[in-house]
Amino acid sequence: MTISKQAVWEMLNSIPDPEVPAISIVELGVVRDVNLEGTSVVVDMTPTYTGCPAMKMMEEQVKAKLILEGFEVKVNIVFKPAWTTDWLSDATKEKLRAYGIAPPEKLSFENLHPFAKSDKGPLKCAFCRSENTSLTSQFGSTACKALYFCHDCCQPFEHFKCH
Amino acid sequence: MSSKNALIEYCLRIADNSSILAHRLSEWSGHGPILEEDIAMSNMALDLIGQARGFYAYAATLENKGRSEDDLAFRRDAREFVNRNLVEQPDHKDFGTAIMRSFLYSCLSYLQFRTLMNSNDETVSGLSAKAIKEVIYHVRHCGDWIVRLGDGTEESHQRITDSLNDLWMYTNELFEQNEVDAILLNDGVGVDLTLLQQDWLNLVKEIFSQAQLTIPDVGGYQSSGGIKGLHTEHLGFILAEMQFLPRAYPDAIW
Repeated sequence: MTISKQAVWEMLNSIPDPEVPAISIVELGVVRDVNLEGTSVVVDMTPTYTGCPAMKMMEEQVKAKLILEGFEVKVNIVFKPAWTTDWLSDATKEKLRAYGIAPPEKLSFENLHPFAKSDKGPLKCAFCRSENTSLTSQFGSTACKALYFCHDCCQPFEHFKCH
Repeated sequence: MSSKNALIEYCLRIADNSSILAHRLSEWSGHGPILEEDIAMSNMALDLIGQARGFYAYAATLENKGRSEDDLAFRRDAREFVNRNLVEQPDHKDFGTAIMRSFLYSCLSYLQFRTLMNSNDETVSGLSAKAIKEVIYHVRHCGDWIVRLGDGTEESHQRITDSLNDLWMYTNELFEQNEVDAILLNDGVGVDLTLLQQDWLNLVKEIFSQAQLTIPDVGGYQSSGGIKGLHTEHLGFILAEMQFLPRAYPDAIW
């Protein structure tokens, strides 16, 4: 069996994020590297949040997928560099928006302060794109999301937090 | 003490602080004052469990005695825990006290990780770069609540003032150090906590001034000894609950 590294990336790109199935685990940026040697493959993965319960599931899905494709698989968890939403491409962000989640904005290092004033302006509603929105809670249904409310279309919506 | 043993001890400290505070926050799961807050407290607990796992796992790898991250969390006794006494304090289901406890600790945790991000140890710096972003949300979230409660009604102001007064005696201890810190500082791995104390005070005061809160009289009693394994009575009760299942059913998996 001769399979290119690219083909392995494509296999992994077919695995949806268990919490946000609109994007794949590759698009999410948790797959960091693929090392292929014959039929054995080592996949480097990094967690989004340290305590994200979906991480174990993603790891299992990677193993299951590649084992089914005939590989011997090892998953390596790496912590450096730390995952950031800056790795999400514009196309991926658009997929999040289409799925009803306001995508993250660009993160700059200066924002690594708890009381830093944001210069990003109001968050646009994921549904009607109105800027008349407010934060309901910093924490949402998963570690990576915050809860917002749109005062124009009167819908609650989620925001994929900048991280 | 060798550099390696100092690093193991250091990782256990961070992990113990995180897991004990996570346990305290997890006690609120299903009991939050409103749904969003229930979710927030559980999320903060989850972040802390994640941080604890990372540092326990690293300590387990370094010590190489066949103990896993779970063994370090669930098979050590109270006297072996090296968390600060602040994080084990009960909140008696008073929301303000729970928020104040997390706030006081998170401010230190934030400053500590900000320095540890540049640690000479790759794993410590990697884990810290990850954890700091989570901790920022904790500081911000708890800070928002302290302002709302402190600058709220007469009752909310009084109650959050009481929480601050009750917990303040555990804050000096956050900066206690011993030979472990000296060794790691020398290795370029750790942080000098005494240098962070003023930054911590500034951070805390920034919120307290918005919340109309005054720092209690510093002349009072201050707790001591968490990093030496000297704890208040509350830690034993936490461990009795936290460790019951893995100790009673050592082979349990889920």
